[in-house]
Amino acid sequence: MGLVGIVGAGAYVPCRRLQRRSAADAHAWFAPGLKTLAKGEKAFANWDEDAITMAVEAARDALTGHDRAAVSKVLLASTSHPFADRQNAGIVKEALNLPDAVGVLDLCGSQRAGTSALIEALDLARAGHRTLCMASEKRNAKPGSETELTSADGAAALLVGGDNLAAELLGTHTVAIDFVDHFRAEGRRYDYSWEPRWVRDDGYGKIVVSAIRDALKVVGIAADAVDHFIAATPMRGVNAAMARAVGIPPDRVVDALMDQMGDSGATHPLLMLVHALERAKAGETILVVSFGAGCDVLVFRATGKPAVGGLGVSGWLARRRPENNYVRYLALKGELELESGMRAEFDQKTPLTVLYRNRRAVFGLVGVRNPQTGAVQYPPTSLMVGETVGEAGPQEPHPLADRQARVVTFTADSLTYSPDPPCCYGAIEFEGGGRMTAEFVDVDPERIEIGTPMRMMFRVKARDTLRGFTHYFWKATPDYLAVGGADAAQAAE
Amino acid sequence: MASGIKDKVAILGMGCARFGERWNDDAASLMVEAFDEALKDAGVEAAAIEAAWLGVGFDTQNVGPSGIPMSIALRLPNIAVTKVENYCASGTESFRGAVYAVASGACDVALAMGVEKLKDTGYGGLPVRSRGPAWDMSNVIGSAPGYFAQLAGAYRARHRIGADDLKRAMAHVSVKSHENGARNPKAHLRNRITEEQAISAPIIAEPLGLYDCCGVSDGAACAIVTTPEIARSLGKKEMVTVKALQISVSNGWELQGMGWDGSYVHTTRIAAKRAYKEAGIDKPRAQISLTEVHDCFSITELVTMEDIGLSTEGGAVKDVLDGLFDADGKIPCQIDGGLKCFGHPIGASGLRMIYENYLQILGRAGERQRKTPPSLALSHNLGGMPSQNVSSITIIGAAGA
Repeated sequence: MGLVGIVGAGAYVPCRRLQRRSAADAHAWFAPGLKTLAKGEKAFANWDEDAITMAVEAARDALTGHDRAAVSKVLLASTSHPFADRQNAGIVKEALNLPDAVGVLDLCGSQRAGTSALIEALDLARAGHRTLCMASEKRNAKPGSETELTSADGAAALLVGGDNLAAELLGTHTVAIDFVDHFRAEGRRYDYSWEPRWVRDDGYGKIVVSAIRDALKVVGIAADAVDHFIAATPMRGVNAAMARAVGIPPDRVVDALMDQMGDSGATHPLLMLVHALERAKAGETILVVSFGAGCDVLVFRATGKPAVGGLGVSGWLARRRPENNYVRYLALKGELELESGMRAEFDQKTPLTVLYRNRRAVFGLVGVRNPQTGAVQYPPTSLMVGETVGEAGPQEPHPLADRQARVVTFTADSLTYSPDPPCCYGAIEFEGGGRMTAEFVDVDPERIEIGTPMRMMFRVKARDTLRGFTHYFWKATPDYLAVGGADAAQAAE
Repeated sequence: MASGIKDKVAILGMGCARFGERWNDDAASLMVEAFDEALKDAGVEAAAIEAAWLGVGFDTQNVGPSGIPMSIALRLPNIAVTKVENYCASGTESFRGAVYAVASGACDVALAMGVEKLKDTGYGGLPVRSRGPAWDMSNVIGSAPGYFAQLAGAYRARHRIGADDLKRAMAHVSVKSHENGARNPKAHLRNRITEEQAISAPIIAEPLGLYDCCGVSDGAACAIVTTPEIARSLGKKEMVTVKALQISVSNGWELQGMGWDGSYVHTTRIAAKRAYKEAGIDKPRAQISLTEVHDCFSITELVTMEDIGLSTEGGAVKDVLDGLFDADGKIPCQIDGGLKCFGHPIGASGLRMIYENYLQILGRAGERQRKTPPSLALSHNLGGMPSQNVSSITIIGAAGA
């Protein structure tokens, strides 16, 4: 059996960061105990982000510098898939403009869906597949709950295969146990959780600890040989306690990023793995454990080859917009229905035949290019545009999603309905040609000018609430790659 | 070689309903109001009309489909009634249909009507609408202020004009139109405003404030056209004829091609050039004596002054601030209050502009009449958005001009 492991890694953390203090202050009259959690910030998705859109961004991050055509399997793990019956991973595949001949699969069902998907991807690698394995979560949390403060939204993506490895798999170990620390039934919006002390003692303290011990035996390494111990438990002190219980030195416990973003559910163990891979040195051992209806343990050894070619967790964490307005947090997360006015009643029905005909242009943002003249056009039409008359020349597909663009015209529109007003949009022109009118997201209107460099992001364009359909498209945001992430974060509001 | 429309068609009569929030009127009664005035002006009976065109922008919100609603409202004698829709140029489009019908010799007397009943939507501004399923999927469903506001930033970047300077010129455009509207009994908005009010008003779409945006109104306007010979035989002594009628429609170049910088309207430049040629005008700034342009937003009016060749490129800010286009300036623009204050019932607007130009040429504009009646007057519509639109130019004038 040849070696398998991680070829590339990427992540996505939405830029909005709820200041936990503002939420705790709002709840102080009702749930004063929340003040013990009122520190740091949590990353949360904007109204137009969901598990699919965040997975796309994490995948683009992970695929930076890698040949997309080599991907033969696409796995998407989540407990918050937007569609119950429409392949969520399939939408990601279209957005990434991958060939049709790939296997796509949604995984779900527990907080360890992400690590279980990774174990499957590693098995697929033994069968010769290169797999894009993603975990993505947009977590609903009841206002006033502890989960509201500890949970987060985000995505991680790992490119898994058998060559050019940045981390080799040393082994995996899994146990499946129906230990119900929390559950969420079909159609329910929120989790129902049992007493945390029991979960700590019998769940983490017994099930997880013994699974780690067994895993170390399977792999054949000593506990103190683990250089990076990755456990995503949001409960204070538990990750360190588990390390202590199995004999992993305390300085090997990887930061679970609770202060910077919070617990992104099934995403979080993989997101922490991506974060660890950003700094793991050649020969270092990484142990990932995840808990949920049992336990998954995976052990890797870093090869020294860089895993993260894009922004990675660090880069996305640096792209941040602090949110002090708890009401806006509630509205953007869909927890509070605000009066939206009649303009919001516009029927957003998506004709599915039209969507199918235009899927490459709409989902993949693929334009056309005339190879003779170099002219680029979006969206594609039979006759390409000319200043006076059309041009009937040859056309080839021309993907635009990963090209930088610049603002040609711009406005911040307060009349058009947007859940995140003002609705900013304008004409943009892509590097190498091609123009479109695009909505701008995660922007501070004061900082947009003619010529500002932009980059595309896959987002929800419209939600058809009458029929339950979500329409996705690309929007533009200030180019986070051009400024190394941090400065594109924009000013605090 | 076609010789164009110049002097082939005369306006026999025109009518215009009072524009405004006509809560107790529907599209049919608004059309009747305009039609009655036009029939009296023309001195003919409805039975004389042989073909009719109806321009409406948002038909699902008011008249519904087809030409039938107008045929019923005006009880027309079972003639051909064609409904046309071409965004904000719909009224001018209906005028074009009637004028071309007469010019072709197919009929002697034709009617052009424009109507819009917008105040049944339940909210301010234009209705939110689809632009077709494929467009909606990959474009931004924004608002009219949002689309047109984009002219401002691009114009500033192109001509290196400070935000405050442009905002002041835009304010002057609106202050002037309110001043003019106050003197027009048929106008929707008849209040005067100050430059300070315009500048400090709430922002609708950056940098357009409330007073940079025109009113959304109910209204109707119409024209009855015939040949100059027939007009003369009916006893018309002072006659207004059509000098030019041009419509230019975007082919996608502005947005999909490369080269347009967003600071001007490509089609208006084309339509104006063709219209001046058709009318035999080579020095528009010297020859055009009155204009009604599509001032849906103050920035649109300002940019249009350059696009129709009355100001040099980049020169409109100075011309506006110098008062060149004020009611007492050299070439008044929106002497009736414009879209800004007369109001903007989409389908009616093109005909309302021609109505005002017609009244001014004949010296019948009451309190707002120019001392020296204009000889050549231009009207302009711009439908859609700066990046993709329908632009129309109509020039009418005294028969001998």
